[in-house]
This record gives sequence, C-alpha cells and structure tokens, in this order.
Amino acid sequence: MQDALFYIFSVLTLLCGILVVFNPFSRNPVTSAMFLVLTIISMSGLFVLLNAFFLAAVQILVYAGSVIVLFLFVIMLLDVKEEEKRQLQKFGTFMGLISVIGLAAIIISTTHQAFTIANQSEASTIKKTFNQSGSAETKPLGKLLFTEYVLPFEIISLLLLVAMLGCILLSKRQEPKEGIK
Amino acid sequence: MSIGLEQFLIISIILFCIGLLGVVVRRNLIVMFMGLELMLNAANLALVSFSHYRDNLDGQILVFFIITVAAAEVAVGLALIVALYRKRQATDVNELTSMKM
Repeated sequence: MQDALFYIFSVLTLLCGILVVFNPFSRNPVTSAMFLVLTIISMSGLFVLLNAFFLAAVQILVYAGSVIVLFLFVIMLLDVKEEEKRQLQKFGTFMGLISVIGLAAIIISTTHQAFTIANQSEASTIKKTFNQSGSAETKPLGKLLFTEYVLPFEIISLLLLVAMLGCILLSKRQEPKEGIK
Repeated sequence: MSIGLEQFLIISIILFCIGLLGVVVRRNLIVMFMGLELMLNAANLALVSFSHYRDNLDGQILVFFIITVAAAEVAVGLALIVALYRKRQATDVNELTSMKM
C-alpha cells in the first residue's frame, strides 16, 4: 500500500514539475504556477509517507497558500501576453537539456554506487525499510525547535521582518524628486 | 522491492534537475523563479528522507527553516521583479541586459 502511494506521489511530483518548466500546451506563467501548486501538494504527500506530518502541513500552508498567491499577484501586475508568443531558443534548450541530463546521470550514479557500498557493510545505521517507526513525530519536533534551536528560530523571525520591510521599500512607487529634473 | 532511502534521493535529484533546467532554459524571470522553488523543494525532500531513515529530527528542523527562508526570498525577489518591470516594462532576461536603469 505504502509502496503504491510512494510511486503515485513521486510520479505526480515529477510530472507536474516537468509541466511547470515545459508545458507543451501553453507558455502562460499562470499555468506554470498552477502546476507548481500540484507539485507542492504531491510532495507534501511524500512528506506524510515519511512521517513528517508537521512539515507536510507547513508545506501546503506556506507554498500553496502564500507563495503561489504572491506569484499570481505579480503575474497579474505584469503583462504576460508577450510570453505566450515567444518561442524557446532551439540551441539554448538543446545545450541546457544535455548538460542537465549529464548532471543528473552523474549524481544518480554516484548515489547508487554509495548505496551499493553501504549495503555491503553491516555497520550501516541507515534503516533498510520504509516506515518502521509509525509514531507521530510532531511533538519531539516542537520540543527540539524550542529548546536546542530556539536561537535560529528567533533569528528567522527577524529575517521575516527584514524581508517584509525590504518588500515594502522595493515595491513603493517612487515619487519624482523635487529639484532634480 | 521495498522503498528505501535511495528511491527518495533519486526522486529528489530528478526534481532538482528539472528545476535547474527551468532556470537554464526558460527566459521569463517568473518561471525562472518557479524553477528555483522546485530546486529548494528537492533539497527539502532529500533532507526529510535522510531525517526519516536516520531517525534524527535535525533534518526536519532544517527543512522548517528552509521553507521560511524560501518564503522570504520569494517575497523579496518578486518585489524586485515588480520594481524592475516598472522601470523597464520587461520580464524577459534577454531584454534586461544593460546595467543602467
């Protein structure tokens, strides 16, 4: 059952991820944003499979709830009609595809090799199977967050404040200054 | 075949490469930003699966912080794009090549 869910969610994640970047039917950024929502939601399904329930909820709230809304607002502010007419450059697409596929092949083969070595040695501490501990992990996560990681937590709140001020400053409409023509 | 850490890592690697492809190939600033989000999410998936298979919650804490920083980054980045669009009326990186505003 869980294996089937893993395959369903991972195929959905990858498919929607590809459709964010290359949609054969439309060049519209709004479509890309909608497929980004689907990617995020299926990825939070993967998080649930990994027993990270809190992170799955945060993922949906923060990404599907606020980041995508932000994207859609900005797309509405800008003019997206031009983008639909524009074609991808053939040469650039081809070279990008080759280099990224090469990178993927290198990383995947290295990972596979590392796992083959790790599976041979008995001392490996990595769990072999999936979902061994069925307990909810939210409570220990909260305890860890507010004891050991409380300083980074406070710094993060400062970062959010700085980001908010930066956004207000950047998106403020600039008045033409007096005295300077 | 049971689902191990390796399968999750492969999904995360493929997703990262899709995001990278989006940043490299697409020329629209907003879609490039979405590619960045995909790359961040791929890193999150790798961290959560490491954290689950090692029985160590530090990975999940790190993902929590990454999600927060990514939200802040998106807000500032989109504000920059809007400010740029007001000056230049373009979101295509091929048209934004001069450094003078």
